[in-house]
Amino acid sequence: MAQRGIREYDGKKMLSKYWSEYFSKDFKFPGKVVLVDPETKINELTKKFNWLNKEKLVVKPDQLFGKRGKHGLIKANASFEEVNKWIKERINKETKVGKVTGKLTHFLIEPYIPHKEEYYIAIKSNRSGDIIYFSNHGGVDIESVWDTVAEIQIDIGQDINEIKIENKLPKDTPNDKKKMFVNFIKGLYKFYIDLNYAYLEINPFVISGNEIVPLDLVARIDDTGHFESSGKWGDLSFPAPFGRKLTPEENYIKMMDEKSGASLKLTVLNSKGRVWTMVAGGGGSVIYTDTIVDLGYRDELANYGEYSGNPTTDQTYEYAKTILDLMTREKDPKGRPKYLLIGGGIANFTDVAKTFTGITMALRDYKKKLKETNVKIFVRRGGPNYQEGLRIMKNLGKELGVPIDVYGPETHMTRIVDMALGGK
Amino acid sequence: MVKTKSKKQKNEYIIMDKETTAIVFGYQQRAIQRMLDFDYICRRETPSVAIIVNPTREGAHKCFWGTKEILIPMVKTLKEATKMYPEADFMVNFASFRSAYPTSKEALLTKSIRSVAIIAEGVPERRTKELIKIAKEKNKWIIGPATVGGIAAGGFRIGNTAGMLDNIVTSKLHRQGSVAYVSKSGGLSNELNNIIARNTDGVYEGVAIGGDRYPGSTFMDHITRYEKNPDIKMIVLLGEVGGMDEYDVVDAVKKGKIKKPIVAWCIGTCSKVFPAEVQFGHAGARAGAALETADAKNEALKKVGVAVPKHFDDFDKEIKTTFDKLVKSGKHKPIPNVEPPIIPIDYDVALKQGIIRKPAQFISTISDDRGEELRYCGIKISKIFEDEYGLGGVIGLLWFKKKLPKWAAGFLERVVLLTADHGPAVSGAHNSIVAARAGKDIISSLVSGLLTIGPRFGGAVQGSADHFTKYLYSEDEPTFMVKDMKSKNINIQGIGHRIKSVTNPDVRVTLMIEYAKKNFPKTETLDYALKVEKLTTAKKNNLILNVDGVIGVLSCDMLRGIGYTRDEVREFVDLGILNALFVLGRSIGFMGHIMDQKRLKSRLYRHPWDDINYMMPDKPEVIK
Repeated sequence: MAQRGIREYDGKKMLSKYWSEYFSKDFKFPGKVVLVDPETKINELTKKFNWLNKEKLVVKPDQLFGKRGKHGLIKANASFEEVNKWIKERINKETKVGKVTGKLTHFLIEPYIPHKEEYYIAIKSNRSGDIIYFSNHGGVDIESVWDTVAEIQIDIGQDINEIKIENKLPKDTPNDKKKMFVNFIKGLYKFYIDLNYAYLEINPFVISGNEIVPLDLVARIDDTGHFESSGKWGDLSFPAPFGRKLTPEENYIKMMDEKSGASLKLTVLNSKGRVWTMVAGGGGSVIYTDTIVDLGYRDELANYGEYSGNPTTDQTYEYAKTILDLMTREKDPKGRPKYLLIGGGIANFTDVAKTFTGITMALRDYKKKLKETNVKIFVRRGGPNYQEGLRIMKNLGKELGVPIDVYGPETHMTRIVDMALGGK
Repeated sequence: MVKTKSKKQKNEYIIMDKETTAIVFGYQQRAIQRMLDFDYICRRETPSVAIIVNPTREGAHKCFWGTKEILIPMVKTLKEATKMYPEADFMVNFASFRSAYPTSKEALLTKSIRSVAIIAEGVPERRTKELIKIAKEKNKWIIGPATVGGIAAGGFRIGNTAGMLDNIVTSKLHRQGSVAYVSKSGGLSNELNNIIARNTDGVYEGVAIGGDRYPGSTFMDHITRYEKNPDIKMIVLLGEVGGMDEYDVVDAVKKGKIKKPIVAWCIGTCSKVFPAEVQFGHAGARAGAALETADAKNEALKKVGVAVPKHFDDFDKEIKTTFDKLVKSGKHKPIPNVEPPIIPIDYDVALKQGIIRKPAQFISTISDDRGEELRYCGIKISKIFEDEYGLGGVIGLLWFKKKLPKWAAGFLERVVLLTADHGPAVSGAHNSIVAARAGKDIISSLVSGLLTIGPRFGGAVQGSADHFTKYLYSEDEPTFMVKDMKSKNINIQGIGHRIKSVTNPDVRVTLMIEYAKKNFPKTETLDYALKVEKLTTAKKNNLILNVDGVIGVLSCDMLRGIGYTRDEVREFVDLGILNALFVLGRSIGFMGHIMDQKRLKSRLYRHPWDDINYMMPDKPEVIK
């Protein structure tokens, strides 16, 4: 439901696939790109892509992070054998990129193109339309030569053919290339729109004979455009950002979330933290987490979590069990209590009592462990049938012998944070 | 204090109020009812929903106006709707993410429509931007996409905004207060209503602009309206991490364009503790650049003099302090609360809460289709398959509400098999065939056959059960029964066969008797009937207990065997249970014949003349 990054490989593949539809026949992009993932049988690649054996190659990871050259993650002007070896040394290995550590799993292999001139083009979207950026001085550090970049604003609904692109090119654009660039810019813009791109940066692209070759491409796509553009997208995947390694519990919740129409989210921030949240609603869950941090309990915060969109009793049961399991695995080393905040704003139509059913089932299952790890529970919720929901929770506290403090809409939404942690 | 302005004088800063009427696009029955219920507790004079556009159906939609029922017209196109209700200047668009764009565009291009609320989530960003452009050119308003909408307290509610009625009253939304808010999140708007109601004189208006990257209208668009509206004394802003829209507000305050007090908070201050970029629920909420963080926005807002609490936990206090200051300064006199009219509770809600009851019109004691699984007499359908209830077992559950022992279920199945067909010549089958050949459908043809079942055709099963139990249960001897029937000149049903006789027994009868003798706990009616048979066959060789008779009497014995008293058996006989068994079985045969004829493409049947003896008189008898 948002803009999502795509692999460089997919961006380039799409460009080459629809090249003839958007660009002049006078120049082309052959789209020689190969993606290697842990399943790929690298040794067999040459059968399908015989250019791999014939040309010098470039290889780099393709996992939504940039500045690969700076991180020593590009091997250029190499034979296929060298590329193969280079990948094998890195694939599935933990690698630190900047501050983030993750596994390298996807690599992009392309022909190595010797070149002198590097060009820059990017398209960004804003509220009133799109801006095309173009420069004859592409390369890694475009910011340092930003005064060579021409900006062309195209308003929403405006036909790019009505804009005299040639007049907007940077002054230092070689005359013999103007026609080609104008065609390339127009085509790329139409491609960008038709395929619901939200961001596209090619830095640099080079010219080799009658070929335009994007060397480095970064793109985001508006995934809500699926119903309009998925035909052209083909089998497009939206990989998770590099380095986000999910714990088994996070993965379990993620899988439940993907299978269901409801929303179930869990991020474990600090499994040793004493404050766990289980909050209904996307906005509500953020506010609770904010408040814990802003009141100075950042180091105690264990997780971010949210359930919404009318999950079934089974789903809330599984969700609650996952959190309860995590939080009751070990006692606080200093013997202090742990806190579970079952929070939420005022629901519009969700039957509060009903959504508590799965949670109460899970709390019953964990009765013993909750007591052993000295868990105190605070509840705050409003909305349809909340009185009944709160009553159920209150009685459950008595039944289990676990302290459960219960509040409704008369209590400010986040006050239970301070009640629990500030002892107020 | 509520200034009612006529249509023409309406100020441009008001987009929804007590006089606004809307076109609802999409047949969202509950949302429509919620809008009308809100109207009712606001004491609106006319419903806020003028007409419904439903691309697949036209006519009228029945809904409640208070306790009364009213009809709201429903048409297939927006064009018709605006033609009928040119004064309806608001469209609540429930179209899906696929059709939200074309329908909203059409609305924005329609002269009489001034505002469109787009509820759908997942509208492509580029499409929203196109809509924004049109709205700007035509000087129109978009709320959304991806929002619950908004509410003008005491006046107009967009769709489902503000939830249930009791919450609306608790949050004093049934009358105008003096605080207007704008938030991104629709989910939190109810919490805002609550916070504002508890700490000020209440909400004047609230809008949730929606969580998309490019909302159709921005914080600043609405705050600009709020600034111009003299009835609004104070503004509440709930922003969010991601995007730069809050900075427009910072700028406007800095430049003195907004002078009314603002209390603001941007949620997502916790983003700094997340390791990689975690995507929150909203498309626009993605903390990238430093300026887009909630902390930076809160800081910037505070710097220009907006009231920003230290954390959300003090948001309520900040709102209260700011409002109290306004009152103390004498700039504002708090608007008192008013009692809303009594809200009729929906029947199903009240029932669920256990506060009303009513005698049911219907009672059903054999099955229940509600809940997870269909149940016959308490037994889940999956269990029926698991335990192999079979046809007999299911008849037991639905007719007798008993889990039948194997012998009884087996008996019923044998009856069905035995009665399934008796050839094409018998009355019922004949009728079915004739009807089928006349081109009638399977049900008409079947019924045509079934209608012949009665005292003469197929009725012997029923008749024999009736005759034999009547005499047996009155403790009359078989000899008396034979004599008594003779004297009344009634043939004993179930006795006699055209061909079969004592010496040439009907194998069907023999099999049934054998089964019963082996499996039934007792066979009193059969034994009685056999005694009668002895007497009748003594007179004439073919007056044997026939297949109808044996089914009739054994059915009675089966009922006795599964625990019914003689009185109860008579009750079953009287209500026609034997005919029911016969109909059940024979329908199989009738349908077979009907399908047979249809497959054969048999043509219309006409009885041959030579088979009819025409004996018409030359002239009618004249009555003098």
